[in-house]
Amino acid sequence: MSVDAATVRHIAKLARIAVSDAEVEALAPELNNILGWVEQLQEVDVEGVEPMTAVIPNTLRLRDDVVTDGGKRDDVLANAPAAEHGFFAVPKVIE
Amino acid sequence: MTDYRIHGATGEWEVVIGLEVHAQVTSNAKLFSGASAEFGAEPNSQVSLVDAAMPGMLPVPNAECIRQAVRTGMALEAQINPWSRFDRKNYFYADLPQGYQISQLYHPIVGEGEIEILLDDKDDSTAKRIGVERIHLEQDAGKLMHDQHPSFSYVDLNRSGVALMEIVSKPDMRSPEEAGAYIRKLRAILRYVGSCDGNMEQGSMRADVNVSVRRPGGALGTRTETKNVNSVRFIMAAIEHEANRQVDVLEGGGSIVQETRLWDPDKAETRSLRSKEEAHDYRYFPDPDLLPVELSDDFLRDCRASLPELPDAKRRRYEQSLGLSPYNASVLTADVTTARWFEALLDKLGEAHAQRAGNWVTSELFGALNRLGKTIEDSPVAPAQAAELLRLTAEGTLSGTLAKQVFEIMLETGEDPARIVEERGLRQTSDTGAIDAAIAEVLAANPDKVAEYRGGKDKLFGFFVGQVMKAMQGRANPGVVNDLLRKALG
Amino acid sequence: MTDLTDLGIAAIRDGVRDGAFSAREVAAAFGEAVEKGRALNAFTVETPEHALAAADVADSARASGDLKPLSGVPLGIKDLFATEGVATTAGSRILEGFEPRYESTVGANLFAAGAGMLGKLNMDEFAMGSSNETSAWGPVLSPWRRNDGGNAALTPGGSSGGSAAAVAARLAPGVTGTDTGGSIRQPAAFVGITGIKPTYGRCSRWGIVAFASSLDQAGPMARDVRDCAILLEAMAGFDPKDSTSLDLPVPNWEAALNSDVRGKRIGIPKEYRIEGVPAEIDQVWERGIELMRDAGAEIVEVSLPHTKYALPTYYIIAPAEASSNLARYDGVRYGRRVAPENGNLTDMYEATRSEGFGAEVKRRIMIGTYVLSAGFYDAYFNRAQKVRALIARDFERVWAECDLILTPTAPSAAFALGEKSADPIAMYLNDVFAVPASLAGLPAISVPAGLNDEGLPLGLQLVGRALDEQGVLNAALALEERAGFTARAEAWW
Ligand SMILES: [Mg+2]
Ligand SMILES: [Zn+2]
Repeated sequence: MSVDAATVRHIAKLARIAVSDAEVEALAPELNNILGWVEQLQEVDVEGVEPMTAVIPNTLRLRDDVVTDGGKRDDVLANAPAAEHGFFAVPKVIE
Repeated sequence: MTDYRIHGATGEWEVVIGLEVHAQVTSNAKLFSGASAEFGAEPNSQVSLVDAAMPGMLPVPNAECIRQAVRTGMALEAQINPWSRFDRKNYFYADLPQGYQISQLYHPIVGEGEIEILLDDKDDSTAKRIGVERIHLEQDAGKLMHDQHPSFSYVDLNRSGVALMEIVSKPDMRSPEEAGAYIRKLRAILRYVGSCDGNMEQGSMRADVNVSVRRPGGALGTRTETKNVNSVRFIMAAIEHEANRQVDVLEGGGSIVQETRLWDPDKAETRSLRSKEEAHDYRYFPDPDLLPVELSDDFLRDCRASLPELPDAKRRRYEQSLGLSPYNASVLTADVTTARWFEALLDKLGEAHAQRAGNWVTSELFGALNRLGKTIEDSPVAPAQAAELLRLTAEGTLSGTLAKQVFEIMLETGEDPARIVEERGLRQTSDTGAIDAAIAEVLAANPDKVAEYRGGKDKLFGFFVGQVMKAMQGRANPGVVNDLLRKALG
Repeated sequence: MTDLTDLGIAAIRDGVRDGAFSAREVAAAFGEAVEKGRALNAFTVETPEHALAAADVADSARASGDLKPLSGVPLGIKDLFATEGVATTAGSRILEGFEPRYESTVGANLFAAGAGMLGKLNMDEFAMGSSNETSAWGPVLSPWRRNDGGNAALTPGGSSGGSAAAVAARLAPGVTGTDTGGSIRQPAAFVGITGIKPTYGRCSRWGIVAFASSLDQAGPMARDVRDCAILLEAMAGFDPKDSTSLDLPVPNWEAALNSDVRGKRIGIPKEYRIEGVPAEIDQVWERGIELMRDAGAEIVEVSLPHTKYALPTYYIIAPAEASSNLARYDGVRYGRRVAPENGNLTDMYEATRSEGFGAEVKRRIMIGTYVLSAGFYDAYFNRAQKVRALIARDFERVWAECDLILTPTAPSAAFALGEKSADPIAMYLNDVFAVPASLAGLPAISVPAGLNDEGLPLGLQLVGRALDEQGVLNAALALEERAGFTARAEAWW
């Protein structure tokens, strides 16, 4: 399949990246090149092959249900572009 | 019961309902971090660097949350998947620091199960089985506050990362009542299992309500999803409103858009949320920071062994082996705290007295708690005290009237009944001497009435009983009083 | 006395221990070199005070006789590692001004072992690049120049380009790098140093800015194999904070170093002989094969049939994971925020990410978003995960026939800045030999093996079985001893 300007805009929207018309112009062929290039995977026979889960055999370890963290609001907010009264602040959301 | 139908201008419509319930898992820490999951703390005080999605932070799953999801699945007789996996659900929102929610799409931890609901508590023939599609674990989001500042919304991440079970029903419900019964029953089971406190006010349980309408038995219509409805009443109201709205749209020649809607409790209506909808495509894929969840046989065995007796089993046992009435059985098992209280009482009193105990709890105790506006958790009378009170009555130490007096005092003072009986001498007496003396006084004081009675005015007997009881301050054994009075009045 | 900056990790450690010089002298010497080397643009932040403080601790530790494995050793830390109280940007504008309140596990391990930090090393933005040209802070210049007198500015490779340049230019005796699809090995080859990517899970990823979680691995870059062994020992280890970390003891790789490879079977994968690779690459590969044969190893031709699919597989999986990993850079909790006048939340997201991310990062986020989007998941991502399984299986099978695999590290010597930046795919091809080991999570090292006609270094890669870092290091040592690579860049900076 080939990526047109509308698709580029849709993808950019999903990725929350503003794109100018010029950028859309430039991105469409670039993405098509890359996608065209990875198309070659379609020729691989993957019949009955399980998708890779853990590259090195390993089992999931679980944490005990103990409170070991939190209580560090200053660290959490330290780098915030906008924080007020112990909250992060973002442009008002109207629901 | 007759089927629920909406009577439209063009004929009858059937409503098809499915519920996605988000239940907060009872745990100390969050699903993937060591921060506390407790409700109502200072903003951002229960946030780890993981919950705030700082660069390079990684999730490590909480064993208890997995255990609780599995126990819940077992309680719903559901398929437990020994191999499951966490996926990322990608979308941007201010309450979602990672830019994705860790959830389970492709391989949920729990598969199909079912819940039996009773449309009429007293009638097993009104039972209906509602299918459960799946249960998966996922992270809760943070909280946005919109009314604190003119141009900012504030973000509190305390809830960010708290463990939720999403319990997805099949579209098996056909009326608001069935949906209500389903939620109540699910809540009861979760509370019995101890995997969720079921506190809807605090949002530990909320439902996404999927509703569609169709001609009875016809093909499924397009559904809408009304998100985050947080009370049984609202869920039922939302279904009713949404179903009628859909019928109006369809009969007006329109069609239903598959969309997300919002329940507005003040206006008692659902509203479209299309704003937040635009271009949503969650791009689920397995979370590469986590390995598959593999449950050992031992783990599964322990989960099963830790399950308590569940409401249905308990209800049947109360009816069949304790001989309780269907009504008492269902009232006493409806909530785990009531059942626990009742069984603590039976421990002391003995199951032989189960019926009397059941009647006393459902009438006397519930009546009193209602009056005092208290729940059974904060009942001023403990199960052991209630057992003692019932024993004193059974022994004849207390008459029904005395028992009521003693119970009132217990409610006020929290004292043990035996002590109350001792200190206030509220013991019932069959002492014929004392009773004869009292009778003699009463007769002497009312010669005219005695004459009338002897003249055939039988109904005055009750008057004499009352007077004698009064003279005995209610402590006389009523049976004895009757006998002796008859003799005395000859 | 020799210039202290000519010393490697082992020499510094031993010299400090034996009192040949003080740790402070070492830290000061490298601090000076870092300052003098600014023309290379290898560092994004310089932290001489950190290195000196660690040095003073080392000097008093020596007095009190409790030296640690890296006491007195100053290191450079790639800017992908979160460093407590020190700006960490991952080479991106979107993290401008971010000062972590935490230390990456690997960094903490190194500092606990006595090392100090000279500064943060420049890199391709979010480790996405093979030439360091995607860094928001400008490209790193290779200390090397072609012998044609042209003085063309060359790339040190990427993404760990600052790391590579710093070691090659003697600004640091050793550094940390990260390798997702060759980001340690390719730059090491381009500047004539040694770098190893351990088995996936050996080094904790906690506190390392994520690019592609299922591929990212930290590793050391240094002047020789022994120094890499020493650093890797300190960096590696189980970390309960990383679910993918391997719960295994860390072997004493340095102590067990042994260049005797007699009887070892070295596999030469025929699929790695690809069209259009310059003759000099085949020549250095042939030379490597000869050297290993001389060393008594048995050379066997082997086959890794799915090799040609490794790169396209990588360019689906890595961008897909990255598109999700980079969603957290939204201008809410840290880094840059660009909020248009009375714009809403979405406007802020889009402006922040549009201005904060560079072209290559945006390109990969877009690709990753596309391959995961509705309807394409199975055709792209899921298929790529299956092919990845086949690639891993190729290696599993081949270990029956050989103990190690020897290949070129990169398909060319260092190229000039700007030479490939216009063509993404040409750039991606740099990692054609490095990516298969990444997809299979296997340990792989790059060792300098010679110079091309233009006087630029060429590297050879050795790939081993999962967890067999020792075998990889030993074979690399044998190669190093025989290749006798001593060339170094003339200081022009
Ligand atoms: Mg839902
Ligand atoms: Zn959900």
